Amino acid sequence: MVSLKNITKTYNHGTVKAVDDVSFSVEKGELFGLIGPDGAGKSSIFRMLATLLIPDKGSATVAGHDIVNDYKLIRSKVGYMPGRFSLYPDLSIEENLDFFATVFNTTVKENYHLIEDIYVQIAPFHKRRAGRLSGGMKQKLALCCALIHKPTVLFLDEPTTGVDPVSRREFWEMLKRLRQQGITILVSTPYMDEASLCDRIALIQHGRILSIDTPQGIAAAYPNSLYAVKATDMPRLIHVLSTYYPHMHSYLFGEVIHLDARGMGGYNLPDELTQFLTAEGFADIEVKPIAPTIEDCFINMLVRHDT
Amino acid sequence: MRTVKFLLQKEFRQIFRNRAILALIIVMPVMQLIILPLAADYEVKNINLSVVDHDHSPYAQQLVAKITASGYFRLQGYHASFKEAYRLIEQDKADLVLEIPRGFERDLIRNGHQQLFIAVNAINGTKAGLGSAYLSSILRDYNDGIRMEWIAPTRFRPAATIEVIPANRFNPLLNYQFFMVPGILAILLTMVGGFLSALNIVKEKEIGTIEQINVTPIKKHHFILGKLIPFWVLGNVVFTVGLLVSWVIYGIFPQGSIPAMYGFISIYLLAVLGFGLLISTYTDTQQQAMFIMFFFMMIFILMGGLFTSIDSMPPWAKAVSRLNPVSYLVEVMRMIVLKGSGWADVFPHLGAMLGFAVVLNGWAILNYRKKS
Repeated sequence: MVSLKNITKTYNHGTVKAVDDVSFSVEKGELFGLIGPDGAGKSSIFRMLATLLIPDKGSATVAGHDIVNDYKLIRSKVGYMPGRFSLYPDLSIEENLDFFATVFNTTVKENYHLIEDIYVQIAPFHKRRAGRLSGGMKQKLALCCALIHKPTVLFLDEPTTGVDPVSRREFWEMLKRLRQQGITILVSTPYMDEASLCDRIALIQHGRILSIDTPQGIAAAYPNSLYAVKATDMPRLIHVLSTYYPHMHSYLFGEVIHLDARGMGGYNLPDELTQFLTAEGFADIEVKPIAPTIEDCFINMLVRHDT
Repeated sequence: MRTVKFLLQKEFRQIFRNRAILALIIVMPVMQLIILPLAADYEVKNINLSVVDHDHSPYAQQLVAKITASGYFRLQGYHASFKEAYRLIEQDKADLVLEIPRGFERDLIRNGHQQLFIAVNAINGTKAGLGSAYLSSILRDYNDGIRMEWIAPTRFRPAATIEVIPANRFNPLLNYQFFMVPGILAILLTMVGGFLSALNIVKEKEIGTIEQINVTPIKKHHFILGKLIPFWVLGNVVFTVGLLVSWVIYGIFPQGSIPAMYGFISIYLLAVLGFGLLISTYTDTQQQAMFIMFFFMMIFILMGGLFTSIDSMPPWAKAVSRLNPVSYLVEVMRMIVLKGSGWADVFPHLGAMLGFAVVLNGWAILNYRKKS
């Protein structure tokens, strides 16, 4: 449905490389996530696929059409929701929706079934100006506007950034329902916890794809064993761990420290570590093996990438 | 065409919601037309005159009385010496010093001629030039009066004199407002058209809505038409309001063809709106657009023939003013309002303006890209 081949995009006359030789493809009806930190090149990829930017090198197709030559055909088939709220703040919910329906030569009534689930949540405020809506409501409206012309492919650029956790969960529920209707969805997010909600994800950093797989596949491909370490005096603990085990990467993860036991296969690390930390004067020591999350995988890839 | 209809509907909705702009569109022409013609006036009044009278004769007093009675001069005072009066010029309290020499009356009667000395403060060039011209003409008049007294009218005039009596066509009383009001109306129209259109598209860029528009199948020319038409309509409204204001307040009613005037305004607005659009395609923020627009507005206004006559500009400036749409409008406004011109008279201007409209809008459409 969407396919990119060696796409490269630079800015400022080639000095800033935003997207570097990126290739991937998204199947029909798939919920595909682009996961990466700010500035990784996610938005540039979206803008190229939405026919707003021309790539420097490489080619890409959306719904079978080339993004450079057949951009006009693509525009009526895709729904694009930019990272920044970009509907008319001085028009009401209803008016924005009507406007975007009419410019695509359709009506709200015709495709209401597509947006119904989402629209009923903001319908009580249909007379309110879009500029005065809360962050979550703005995103719901933007999604409605991107869906109102019944696109076959949906590009959502960081749809949940700046949205509260409850609205974020609701938003992902909606995406799952849309996927069931056969719409192909390409979504980007800087939140790792959202990655596991996608069918497949691509981890991206500095414009390059680090890995593409299902979330489970990426987690299963984690190369080492991972431990969660907890004790009193966490600030000193992280310092001690990085000093005495410099070859093992340790980082704060919520309330615990994740320790990547690289090159420690067949070695009873929990006991070793507990003894060592007790000797160092720590109390309430807890060391237990854990399953890596997408975030652990991402951090691991970044560390390997940098060294 | 359906798309344009929806774009227009959206555009008008937004305009009518923006109360500040709406008020400005109506209030600005009314206020400016009421205030500016009264204040911006070429006539020089209240010229401060200081007199150094060494003679103190009845003739000298008569002369001073005649000067002050003209209404243009305000007698600053009598001073004993030129040096004392000159200090007043230095302090900017006097604009003109008139020195009447000792024996003014006696020598005038005995020798038949006498000299007066006028010193002018030329820091304000207009005031100095007009002030000394007024004073010279009063002196000439005074001179003629004295000669009339002395020379007994004879049957045969001793010398033939040529008397020039000017007749002011189109503005017989040289009413300054008749000249100024149409010009100010022209500027107003340019400001409203140029600024509103330039800022509008840039605003869509700033808030990001243009991205959303760009991924829709809306065609370039539809989008631009959707932007042009509302401001074209607003421009006509502003112009009509301005015309009514100048009729009600100044009693100025176009002497010429009103359809020709609106015909020209229609094309003119297209050109100015096109210019605004062009600027908006080159800028990314409203601030940039505002400053660039201001730069051009200054040139347009100062070289548009509103305040200074284009005919008296150096040749290069005259050539530049031919590229200034405002100069055509100011000219046409004065032609139709004062001179009573019709379609045939403004035809060349109309042609030029059509050229401006096509070039500016064409350029804007070409430069407005839906992708980069």
